Amino acid sequence: MAEHSTSYNPGTGVEKWLDERLPIIRFSKEHLMDFPTPKNLNYWWTFGAILTVMLAVQIVTGVVLAMHYAPNVALAFNSVEAIRRDVNGGRILQAVHSVGASMFFFAIYVHMFRGLYFGSYKAPREILWMLGCLIFLLLTATAFMGYVLPWGQMSFWGATVITNIFSAIPIVGDGIMQWLRGGFAVDNATLNRFFSLHYLLPFIIAAVVVLHTWALHVPGNNNPIGVEVKSSRDTVPFHPYYTMKDLYGVVLFLIPFAWFVFFAPDILGDASNYIMANSQVTPTHIVPEWYLRPFYAMLRAIDFNVLFIDSKLGGVIVMGGSLLVLFFLPWLDRSKVRSGTFRPMFKWFYWLFVLNFIGLTYLGAAPAEGIYVIIAKLCTLYYFLYFLVILPVLSRIETPRPLPASISESVLGAAH
Amino acid sequence: MIKTKSICAAFVMALALTGMGALPATAQEAGAETVIAKQAWTFGGLFGTYDKHQLQRGFQVFKEVCASCHSANLLTYRNLAEDGGPEFSDAQVKALAATYKISDRTVKGGTRPATPADHWPPPFATEQDGRDANGGSLPPDFSVIAKARGIEEPFPWWVLDYFTAYQEGGPDYIHALLTSFVEPAPAGVQLPPGKHFNKIFPGHAISMPPPLTDGLVMYTVGKGEQPVPMTVDQYSKDVSAFLMWLSEPHLIARKEAGFRVMLFLIVFAGLMYLVKRRLWSSVEGH
Ligand code: HEC
Ligand code: HEM
Repeated sequence: MAEHSTSYNPGTGVEKWLDERLPIIRFSKEHLMDFPTPKNLNYWWTFGAILTVMLAVQIVTGVVLAMHYAPNVALAFNSVEAIRRDVNGGRILQAVHSVGASMFFFAIYVHMFRGLYFGSYKAPREILWMLGCLIFLLLTATAFMGYVLPWGQMSFWGATVITNIFSAIPIVGDGIMQWLRGGFAVDNATLNRFFSLHYLLPFIIAAVVVLHTWALHVPGNNNPIGVEVKSSRDTVPFHPYYTMKDLYGVVLFLIPFAWFVFFAPDILGDASNYIMANSQVTPTHIVPEWYLRPFYAMLRAIDFNVLFIDSKLGGVIVMGGSLLVLFFLPWLDRSKVRSGTFRPMFKWFYWLFVLNFIGLTYLGAAPAEGIYVIIAKLCTLYYFLYFLVILPVLSRIETPRPLPASISESVLGAAH
Repeated sequence: MIKTKSICAAFVMALALTGMGALPATAQEAGAETVIAKQAWTFGGLFGTYDKHQLQRGFQVFKEVCASCHSANLLTYRNLAEDGGPEFSDAQVKALAATYKISDRTVKGGTRPATPADHWPPPFATEQDGRDANGGSLPPDFSVIAKARGIEEPFPWWVLDYFTAYQEGGPDYIHALLTSFVEPAPAGVQLPPGKHFNKIFPGHAISMPPPLTDGLVMYTVGKGEQPVPMTVDQYSKDVSAFLMWLSEPHLIARKEAGFRVMLFLIVFAGLMYLVKRRLWSSVEGH
């Protein structure tokens, strides 16, 4: 903790009594109000608050949806449609949850790319970063299983394709696949367990978010110049300064969210998920939702065998690796300078990485043929090069620009 | 300096990331070479609402033509009287329902006249019956058909859809489907028996015979109203609009709520901005 607050004085007898037994008010005051926060955080730092709100939105809407949803292959599709039609406010409730998933991912990608640019993963924030990566993995699993629940064509075939991935693992693969599906094919048992897990995982995410916040409050926030807080002049108390700023950020974020919910609730989804699942009819293109496409693109990019590893297993290794490598990032980028602002070479590779990731998102939906396959391979290559070669090498050869002595100095000097 | 750059970057990312969403959504129409023309729907855009007269005509086309092959399992008679729909009167709906027989094993004889609370009866008792009557293909249920179809747009245009909130791909597709039959099939095209040539259907060979012909459905003209043309094009528009309502019955209420929410959010955001700026003005360097 940067500074301990001792400013809490229990006012009444009851508060004092509580404080001696469970100092929850003291704790909240220290962590949610007085917490010293760098005064130069920009709007990219409001996405943490936005994510917290999104998690709450998904849990609240999800719990209500579950009151009306029927996890059975014969009933699921129509039960979701019945929510849209017959439940009071159901059309909006359902749209908030499904559009919300997209907005959640949008926010989490911004949050992660923020961390990548400003070097927020570097010491002493490695654990904080890794907990974030864990949250991302859990969120991916949650979203994937949630998408299966309406039991449309894309739900069914997406579940079939993704669970089938596991069968590529040697020896135990088929066993794992059947264990996930609860049978040989995606069916009622799959739907039931996915519903159960989809309800469970958000609460596990919430628990990891608590750890994430704990790990944030030990070293305190990073900031856009990446120079640690030196004195109390560099900080402001979290409340009211950042509560207000975060709240403003959240309200701004809700505007495009509401736009989609009320005016185009289906535009982010796939039309064929309005056709009930049918194991006899394979859709011509099976594509995951946009937020999973970068990783799906990398999975498909491996269409060749390497030694004893066939293309299917290769794809699985690459996709798994693309997620796993994030956990090791703090030890791959050894540059002492955190913020990309002061790293002239890093910047170029970083923005190329952003473009590359957007490219992968595009390719995850493009037909796996012709030029797309070649580009997908190049993009996959760059994804890994960035983490495994470029960042380690850059940290040796790059000469960073001089850093400001402190946050206060940079803030005052930045008068435009 | 970083701020303007950041904002640009956010914009690019927002555009690109959300943009990816639409790309292949309707790639199932990949086989269709003909570009599907967007129609001017009354319910299109932000301010669009259903035209209840059009929905009534569309219902008439559905009832007299399509319903002999297509089911609409989620439709109840009562829906036809609800706000934001065809808005038939309660008496009309009751009278309409009474002309249908519903199979009900709890009553003597096994059938009874329908009531407004009943669901629209399917034309075939089982899926197999439906296939047998249609050369092996099952006419799809209509409950959400207008959301289950869409049109594909080339690159820059689908990006615009996010800003215009284009959600009318379904009715555009259905209208195009109904007006794109070519009978007899163009020279040189070999169709399997029982199939019909359609310019926009993926693969061009569809099991549905052209359901509409000019003058097939008699539209009645109310006093002081303009007569509506009784053409395939007009029928197609009307029935597509009806199918959109059937898929999205609360469209109007949803958009109305949307305006209130957006207005609130924008005003709230403005106020929050002012409060935030005032608060931060005392912080050194801001
Ligand atoms: C004679 C029976 C029959 C009638 C009448 C009929 N249809 Fe169909 N319809 C079919 C069959 C069969 C299919 C399935 C076609 C296929 O998959 O090849 C179909 C398919 C469709 C489809 C889906 C096409 C696709 O993209 O998969 C639409 C939309 C449709 N019909 C609309 C209508 C409308 C609107 C009407 C009334 C104007 C109508 N149909 C009347 C038999 C009929
Ligand atoms: C449910 C999802 C998540 C929630 C609710 C959440 C919440 C937060 C909050 C409230 C903060 C402090 C404010 C801020 O810096 O924006 C934060 C910081 C941070 N988060 Fe997350 N987060 C989530 C996911 C992630 C993920 C997926 C990652 C990366 C893989 C991540 C990495 C970080 C890092 C490195 C910081 C510290 C940044 C800094 O102080 O500079 N988080 N998070």
